[in-house]
Amino acid sequence: MSIFSGIIYIFTFLSLYVQVFFLVTFLEKRKNILVRTDPIELDEYPGVTIIVPCYNESKTITATIDSLLNLDYPKDKLQLFIIDDGSKDNTWQLIQEFTNYENIKVFHKENGGKYTALNFGLTKVETPFIGCLDADSFVDSEALKRIMTYFGDKNTMAVAPSIIVDNPKNILQGAQKAEYDMGVYNKKMLAFLGGIHVTPGPFSIFRKKVFDDLGPYRHAHNTEDQEIALRMQEHHYKIEHCPDAYVYTVAPNTVKKLYRQRLRWIYGFIRNAIDYRRLIFKKEFGTLAFFTLPSGLISVFSAVFLFMMISYNLINFILHKIIQISAVGFSNTFSSSGFSFDFFFFDTKTIVFISIILYTSIIISLLIGRTMLEGKPRISFDLFYFIIIYSVIAPFWIIKALINAIRSKETSWTLEREAKVAK
Amino acid sequence: MQQQPQLDWKRYLIVFFITLGLFLTAVYVSNYFSDKKLSQLKNIQDTISIDVLSSETQYALLSELSCKNVSDSVLSSELNDLGNKLEWSLQNLGATDEVNYLKKYYSLLEIKDYLLAKKISSTCGVKSAFILYFYTTAQNCSECEKQGLVLSSLREKYPELKVYSFDFSTDLSAVKAMLDIYKIQDTKLPAVVINDELLTSFQSVDALELRIKDSFKLQEPKTIKNTKASK
Repeated sequence: MSIFSGIIYIFTFLSLYVQVFFLVTFLEKRKNILVRTDPIELDEYPGVTIIVPCYNESKTITATIDSLLNLDYPKDKLQLFIIDDGSKDNTWQLIQEFTNYENIKVFHKENGGKYTALNFGLTKVETPFIGCLDADSFVDSEALKRIMTYFGDKNTMAVAPSIIVDNPKNILQGAQKAEYDMGVYNKKMLAFLGGIHVTPGPFSIFRKKVFDDLGPYRHAHNTEDQEIALRMQEHHYKIEHCPDAYVYTVAPNTVKKLYRQRLRWIYGFIRNAIDYRRLIFKKEFGTLAFFTLPSGLISVFSAVFLFMMISYNLINFILHKIIQISAVGFSNTFSSSGFSFDFFFFDTKTIVFISIILYTSIIISLLIGRTMLEGKPRISFDLFYFIIIYSVIAPFWIIKALINAIRSKETSWTLEREAKVAK
Repeated sequence: MQQQPQLDWKRYLIVFFITLGLFLTAVYVSNYFSDKKLSQLKNIQDTISIDVLSSETQYALLSELSCKNVSDSVLSSELNDLGNKLEWSLQNLGATDEVNYLKKYYSLLEIKDYLLAKKISSTCGVKSAFILYFYTTAQNCSECEKQGLVLSSLREKYPELKVYSFDFSTDLSAVKAMLDIYKIQDTKLPAVVINDELLTSFQSVDALELRIKDSFKLQEPKTIKNTKASK
């Protein structure tokens, strides 16, 4: 066996390990998954402030704020901070229309990036709970109440919601819907084991104490929602996941937009994982240290490797076809009439069966995710779009993110030096 | 409020063993199918071997009198199918002892089929052409790959053409004897023998097509003679 196939087997083993890990956890904890369908009442409604940072969000901001106003939560307990981070479009004009509402405050500041807008809001918060909501997302009216029930546990410091792709209109958004639905299941399993590594921008709710103790958001390579979760994990602050708190988000509708978004996520993940590498494989950080961070990094490397392998095979195939054309001419190459179906020529290498097991486990993930969200398992074409589209294009953003992460390590270092000299 | 998570070693171990179990199952299933394929190959070879032997015997018994009975039993198409499957096995199942053994067996069957078919063709005047093709797998031979493709395409075009391919590195005395007879050298591969003439290096479709047609023509006078004789 060559080194090449040895590496393939190691990566497939690890990928399968990750899937089995989730599945074993699911079988063990499935009775503890709480999904409520009817409206609930809380014994008490603690004060919550939701910060909505916006930058050029004119298309969605009104609907986002409307969804917040529709939350089933006492108005005097719910504050909304809409912060315009120096938008260049008419976002500021649009949010002016909400100034009449007693519980809405609007702010305008110079553009400084999402984390600066969030931090701007943090300084003005007076409630014991803080949430944020990206301006391209909409909340379900029951979401906040359901999330707040998790703070009944005094140890719970933050709760992440279930994010669902809003009204998918094309194949690409459909593929992302399948991905997000699977994500709900994975996230809940990580929550059971205390291994969540991201409190997503759409509607994660925190105790104010988190920011009082650990400080405000950081730039964190444009993924402040990953960094704050890692910082919380470092200090053993418990992060929960509320699977029945639904937040709908507008998924990128073009490959280019999706590419940009994922480049930022993966790049941020790699850089944050490097920044918090001291946590990896440290017993005291539990699942995050032994599973979440390592499996994330493994998936980056296996995607790169898989891509190299597929490219290698593709190039070989093309070369072979070129040789064939040069030998017997174009028409004979493609007019192979003698093709007959014979089981003998089915590939029965070990890797084929492992791939079948892996894909089956992915289908199971989706079915579990769907069951958690919709009450029953439902298989759809979205899954196939997801598998096909992501196997083709995901390696590009992963490789690019990896290259950027390796390169910018030096550039940012140089920039820091230059800044010092300039002082 | 701050709580340290307990690392659940048991979970990691259980998951490891389940994953390992799934992995080994995949290995087992794969081996099961490989074995099935090898035994299928062996069965085909045994059948062909019996058929060749039977044809030889039939031919010896009936001599030249009953050409029409014998000429139907030429087995090359089955042999081609077997050749394809063997080549696929070599690439996908690896050059194990078992596959190599089957390959030797295959070479031997080819030689026997060649001798028999040639005899039938010359005595019964069956329209046919024979190509002996020598290649190598011991070293990287891109010309061999091209030559193989050319021959496959010709075989599709002319059903009367019989191509027998031999790996230069086959460790079998019968194959070595063929190499000696046609003075094949491993530096001059691929090599093609048609009408007892040795052609080294890559031969294009057109070049070989001419010789195949020549080969068909060579048999025509005989056919006429035979027809006259039978009258």
